[in-house]
Amino acid sequence: MAELRYIDAINQAHHEEFARDERVVILGEDVGRKGGVFGATAGLLEKYGEGRVIDAPLAESSIAGVAIGMAANGLRPIAEFQFADFIHPAFNQIVSEAARLRYRSNNAFGCPVVFRAPWGGSHGTALYHSQSIEAFYAHVPGLKVVAPSTPADAKGLLKAAVRDPDPVLFLEHKRMYRLVKGEVPDGDHLVPIGPSVVRRPGRDLSLFAYGWMLHEALQAAATVSAEGIDVEVVDVRTLAPLDRETVLRSVAKTNRALIVYEDNRFGGYGAELAALIAEEAFYDLDAPVIRLAGPDVPGIPFAKPLEEWFSIDRTKIAEAIRRLAAL
Amino acid sequence: MGAMEAKATTTAARHRQLGLSDQDVLEMYYYIALARGLDERMWALQRAGKAMFVISGPGHEGCQVAAMWPMDRARDWFVPFYRSIAACLVKGMTPTDILLGLFARATDPSSGGRQMPGHYGHPRVKILSTSSPVGTQYPHAVGIAYAAKLRQTGEVTMTAIGDGGTSQGDVHEAMNWAGIYRLPVLFVVENNGYAISVPLHKQVAGGSIAARAAGYGFPGVVADGSDVLECYRVAKEAYNRAKRGEGPTLLEFTVPRLGSHSSDDQQERYRTKDEIEADRARDPLRVFGAYLEGIGLLTAQRRAEIAARVRREIDEATDAAERAPDPEPASAARYVFFEEG
Repeated sequence: MAELRYIDAINQAHHEEFARDERVVILGEDVGRKGGVFGATAGLLEKYGEGRVIDAPLAESSIAGVAIGMAANGLRPIAEFQFADFIHPAFNQIVSEAARLRYRSNNAFGCPVVFRAPWGGSHGTALYHSQSIEAFYAHVPGLKVVAPSTPADAKGLLKAAVRDPDPVLFLEHKRMYRLVKGEVPDGDHLVPIGPSVVRRPGRDLSLFAYGWMLHEALQAAATVSAEGIDVEVVDVRTLAPLDRETVLRSVAKTNRALIVYEDNRFGGYGAELAALIAEEAFYDLDAPVIRLAGPDVPGIPFAKPLEEWFSIDRTKIAEAIRRLAAL
Repeated sequence: MGAMEAKATTTAARHRQLGLSDQDVLEMYYYIALARGLDERMWALQRAGKAMFVISGPGHEGCQVAAMWPMDRARDWFVPFYRSIAACLVKGMTPTDILLGLFARATDPSSGGRQMPGHYGHPRVKILSTSSPVGTQYPHAVGIAYAAKLRQTGEVTMTAIGDGGTSQGDVHEAMNWAGIYRLPVLFVVENNGYAISVPLHKQVAGGSIAARAAGYGFPGVVADGSDVLECYRVAKEAYNRAKRGEGPTLLEFTVPRLGSHSSDDQQERYRTKDEIEADRARDPLRVFGAYLEGIGLLTAQRRAEIAARVRREIDEATDAAERAPDPEPASAARYVFFEEG
């Protein structure tokens, strides 16, 4: 067991999977000589060479599309998008091609590609380096979407994603890269894609979050705990396919649900959780399902006061918890 | 020696000079005729209400057969588009395979009846599954070729697209990649002058599509798609370059458009009668047939034999595909993800 930063856990997962399986390659902008703009791929080029560690041309659609072709011909590619904000040109390749290849070929072809993307808001990252993209992709059958919030999960889920026979969108909240540290089990540590996990058991209400929001939620839960509100925090670390059972079990226990996500509120991923709870756990509820999410403006603005206005933090979450607990 | 015989000797030398045997060229003619026959059968079935939709490529068959001819059909890869019937037949799909897709039957090897007709794919003969957005297949071909180079398999990959598709960003991105990494890939463009109704001059301003290859650092060649042997010559050269590790080639074949875009389109609404008629003179089936006849290879008897073979195979395929069962409704839930067993 070693304490690692989130970014180091991701880097370690790459190194271990590259060593384990020579079919694993990575392609993306600056993944080679620079080791990635965040350092996720540091040291790979030196060890595995230019054939497997590919500084791609600056063209996201082809980063996805070339990865799909590589997978069709026996490789296990990891496609890195420098920022999730720039994955949009690859939407067609990911959604029309990768996610549909197995289905449309009636299982003749699979698409074992990992699409990695640093996502979410950090300090001063503004409209085009802070987007939440998960709702677009979690909507698509045939594509798995994971958003680990701890270093152990980041490593274990990434290794599982590389070995998965289907395409996986792997979201790394960039605020966590250097801020979040945690114990990571030694050895070939794998975390299965699918199950959610209860990070903090509680009796009074269930709070669902993922990525950086999970950490803000845990802080808020600690704050309100002193006020006598016992919050259960559930980490929805796989967004698709969703572990419905863990969500519904938690609501059955606490009878209240708060969903926190930093994406725009309207049509965001949390709306699907809210719908699930409303449909399947209606008679367990003592209060309406509440969502706390980013405002419906086209992005997180740059100036600090504007950024703070947009961002969901522990203070706003604690207020929402108090509001829901009082209903 | 009479004038006719002299002509025959000169032109006969043409295919032999290219390393093609008499049997080769007769077999090529058979495939062009087979693809055309299938095409006509599919339209007839659609007009008779037995098929929902047809998209095909009458006029494109000659360059497709020619470009596929140098490929190793078991070992090399093909990433098609929706007009690639003749290429898919040469690569190893059968007329029944094609018609199972037309009727959307459970045993359709391309998609089990999930996709519209014309969306070919076949893992056994290494034809990657096709989608409907144009251009997305070009980066796939590049990825396959990259894997082949990295794994040193010796495989060559060919992909194909129409002239309209070359306006897509993916096509630029793919050729840029292939040039940078000198990948063993053949980019075929079947230029029939129209993207549905939009003429070539509204897609291309630089004179030709092949000219774009210069910007990617590899050769671009234009060949007349009616001249099957010329198409073969440039494709063979491109194939050899790829095999030698010298990288990609862009092959632009100018082909006549002998049909509408699809069964939902009427080209008479945006093309003149004269223009459509002029295209008929460039029909590769007719032009290649005339060549083979001129050198005495395609005798009246051989022509009749080939026509009978084509008709028999298409009749048998039609019967087999029509008889094949529809997919089970509940099977639509399967294969979203990998399934054990």
